[in-house]
Formats: sequence, C-alpha cells, structure tokens
Amino acid sequence: MGNDVKIDVAYVAELARLELTDEEKALFQKQMEGIVDWVAKIKEVDVEGVPPTMHGHEEVNAFREDEVRPSMERELALANAPARTGDEFKLPKIVEGAES
Amino acid sequence: MSELYELGIKEAKALLDKREASSEELVRALIARKNAADGEIGAYLTFDEEGAINAALEADTILAQEGRTAEQTLLGVPFGIKDLINVAGQPCTCSSKILEGYVSPYDATVVKNLKAAGAVCAGRLNMDQFAMGSSTETSAFKTTHNPYDLSRVPGGSSGGSAAAVGGNLAIATLGTDTGGSIRQPASFCNCVGVKPSYGRVSRFGVTAFASSLDQVGPMTKSVEDAALLLQVLAGHDEMDGTTPKIAVPDYSKAIEGASLKGVRLGLPKEYFVDGLDGEVKRITEAAIKTCTDAGAEIVEVSLPHTEYAMAVYYIVAPAEASANLARFDGVRYGHRSTRSDSVFNLYTRSRAEGFGPEVKRRIIMGTYVLSSGYYDAYYGRALKVRTLIKRDFDNAFGKVDALITPVAPTPAFKLGEVQDPVTMYLNDLFTIPASLAGVCAASIPAGFAGGKLPVGVQFIAPGFAEDTLLKVSKAYEDARGVL
Repeated sequence: MGNDVKIDVAYVAELARLELTDEEKALFQKQMEGIVDWVAKIKEVDVEGVPPTMHGHEEVNAFREDEVRPSMERELALANAPARTGDEFKLPKIVEGAES
Repeated sequence: MSELYELGIKEAKALLDKREASSEELVRALIARKNAADGEIGAYLTFDEEGAINAALEADTILAQEGRTAEQTLLGVPFGIKDLINVAGQPCTCSSKILEGYVSPYDATVVKNLKAAGAVCAGRLNMDQFAMGSSTETSAFKTTHNPYDLSRVPGGSSGGSAAAVGGNLAIATLGTDTGGSIRQPASFCNCVGVKPSYGRVSRFGVTAFASSLDQVGPMTKSVEDAALLLQVLAGHDEMDGTTPKIAVPDYSKAIEGASLKGVRLGLPKEYFVDGLDGEVKRITEAAIKTCTDAGAEIVEVSLPHTEYAMAVYYIVAPAEASANLARFDGVRYGHRSTRSDSVFNLYTRSRAEGFGPEVKRRIIMGTYVLSSGYYDAYYGRALKVRTLIKRDFDNAFGKVDALITPVAPTPAFKLGEVQDPVTMYLNDLFTIPASLAGVCAASIPAGFAGGKLPVGVQFIAPGFAEDTLLKVSKAYEDARGVL
C-alpha cells in the first residue's frame, strides 16, 4: 500500500464543524494517515457486481399511517436548552446586520 | 445463602416470589455494596438511590397485594443501565462532557419494556465516550477498573456494565454492542454478554453511534438470565423502523433441557491466527473440547473475507458516527461554548470543548471517508465488501448451526497500556465480523488466563436465531460446569 495517503485534516475538520488545535491537527494528521492506509486494504477485494449492504438485514422501509400524533411537550423539549428565550432556543445572530 | 448483591435475575425473582427478600432489600443491598466496593472499581457514573428505592417499594406493594402479572417477569429486580440509554429524569451523558448535565426527557423503548416488566432502573454505568473504545478509558468522567484485577481495564465500550456484573455491583445490566462492545467486556469481566441480531431490539432512545450496527443487549451472570432479560428487550417497535415484525420465541423455553448432542458447531479457520494469546487459545480449545465431549460435531468452516472486516468496520462505523454526532451542535441540548461569536463558531467550539479525542478522531475519519472524491473508494467500496462478509456467514450457516470462536485476542490488558488507536481497534478482530453480518453472538465465560483473568468464548448464530444462540450457550455453560 505504501504511506502515500495525504489528508487535509484542517479541511475535513471544517466540514465536520469541529475546531481543532494545532497539536490535534498534527496528531490526527499522523494517526489518520495510518488508519486510512490500514483500511485501504479493502482495495484488494474484487467487488465487481457486488451490491452494497447498508444494514444488517434485508428490511427496507417501515411505513405507518400518516396521522398526527402527540409529540414531546414543549417544556420537556426545551428543558435541556443551553440558552432559551421564551419558547425558543436562543442562538447568536446569524444574518449580518440583523437585530440579534 | 449468598449475599443479595451476588444474585442473578432468576435467584432474585425466586426470593421475591417466596417473599424471602423484598425488592427494597435487594436495592439497599446493591447500594451498600456499591458504597463499599465501587470506589475501587468505578462502574457507576450515577445512582439515583431515592428513585430506585421508591420503585422497589412500589414493586413490593404489588408483590404483597396482588402478586406479579404474567407481563411483570422482572418485577422488583434492579438493573444497571449503560449511560447512553435514556431513562426519563435521569442523566444520560454517554460518558462525554458534551452531555454533562443533560437529563433524559423520555424513556428508551428498552427502558419502557423493562419498566412494563416491573424492573427497577438502578444506576448509570460508565462506558467509553459515545461507545467508542475497547477499554472504557475514553470516558470523560472516570476510570473503570477490572473487578478481577484492578490494574487492568474492564474492556469496552460497555465496561461499566460488565464490571458491575462481574464485580457483583449489579444483578444484571444493559450494554450496547456496535463492533464488540458487549462481548469483549463480558469476556474480560466473566459475565454472559449477548449481542442480539441487528433489528431484534429497538434502539429508540439509545444514543446512536453507528446505526447500521448498534444493538442493545443483556449482560448477566448466567445464560438463563440473559434469556429472561432478552425476552423483555426484543421485538418490533414502531419507533425504530429497523425492527421487523418477526415473532419473538420464548427464550426461557428454548433453553430448557438444552443439549449439544447432534449440534453442528463451525470452527472458522480464519479466527485461529497468529497473535492469539496463548492462554486465550488454550481456553478456547478447552471450550471446543467441552462441546465435543457434550456431543457437538465440530466442522471446520471458512469465512474468507474475515481479514477485511476490520477495515470495513473502521470505514462504516466512523462514517455513520460522523453523521449521527452532527446533532451535538450546542443548540438544543448539551454543552454550548461560551467563546462563540457566530453560529459557525458555536458549532465548532461547542464540539471541540465537548468531545474527547477518540470521538474527534472518529468524526474526522468518518467525515473524510464520506467526503467528495473519497466516498466511492472507501465508504462505497466498504459497503460492497460488507456484502461479501455477510455472504461468508450465510454460506457457513448453510453447513452448521452456530460458530464457536475466541471473543478477543487477549485477556484484559493493563490500564494505560494501549495508546495506539489501531492496536486498540484490534481488540474487536473476532467480534466485528458478526456485527457487520447482522447476526447474533454471545460471549460466555470459559476460563481464567493464568488462573486469574477471565476469558470468554464466543458463539455466533444466524440472524434472528437467538433461540439457537442461547440454547447452544446454555448447553455449553452446563457442560462447562462451575468455573
């Protein structure tokens, strides 16, 4: 296989919405390339014509009647909120120039 | 008589039914035991003593008045719960700082089922953070020690659940298994651990790690107890679309008079590799001989794609984890960074502060294999190799009733001994293939390495054949005798 894997950890971390320190970036860079090199073993397998397996069994869809059912009470749903305002989750300003 | 905290489910039920002990006495005995011994072992994260005693008193009232109903098979019996399964009003941290202070707003279906059966949910058990790990060392909150040797790990990720059963800090517990997280710690801590088939048990209310693999299962002191507990957990749940409407057999009945006579047990040659610890090899061979002596026919089988299972798993599981863990964004629940000045920073910093290193590593890995340009080479290809692994099992089960294999390559290792991620991942070498195939598997205590460290043996049966799995396990357990 060879150690030819190069991973842009900073870019991947941004995709994952995860802030990493420089130390973490350096450590993960090294570890990740090792892990990816290791899992690249699957490239040896001939998968021509083989369908993918998404789950542990063959069941695909589970349907029920599309009817309105009670959902979680608002107070319960908000009980773990890190910040709230009235009946809503409170967040920092999203749109530039808008009122927060 | 043994101490109350040493009892299994069956013995506890018998005492409750004969009114020789009350549920309150059971719960108080466990609390006293926890206070005496858990300082050293560290299995529990939290324990709602008052709630458990109140639930026990309610059970005692029912037992004193009308007695248990047919549905209340676990009435008054206390159970410990792995800290990623929601119990309304209790914490559910997944051993991560990102969920510190979180209080579950609802019961997971497995908990609803336990409560309907009269069980008392007593205590939350430590685990590897978000179930990612094989030693419980990735917990953000505490170290759990192996009850058989305090300098060693209990295994993981259900390390607290295993240590509680093995250390007599619980009558039985719930664990979860994605790639071996019930079976490997069960092996390390001398308990029975069953990973049900994919879809057999609902995951509604169970924090998702890798959704095509995760299963909840029993960790107990005997196969009979595992049958009693699985009976309550298993079945269709309309809240989890992956649970088919396949009838649940009567597991206790299935194991009555269990025998290995005429049972065809497959020995996958790929599982007896170099690097298998000498003591594990010796104990596994002794277990195979026990089965042969009890009338089983041993058939060598081949699972040719075994060598690719680890690679497939370490693509598929992180990929699914990176998607599942996207919900931890500091918005609706969990940790929110105080350093955020924009929504983007709120996400990235809340996650940076909340997740531990192993969780971050898997999120990065999963995001990478799903990212544009790499998806087909890694994730897409891994799903196809998974099909080949599944077919290996289908072919093997055309020839045999169940498989017998080691659980983990070694007995419990020392705390802090394994630092390299890939070396840690290799713990799941023998448990991952069954997870990828979606079949059911169990770890049954089989002996002690060096006369001291527990080692289990793994039985694997076809999907939704838990009755066969438990039957074979029970027959082995009987033939093995007291360890």
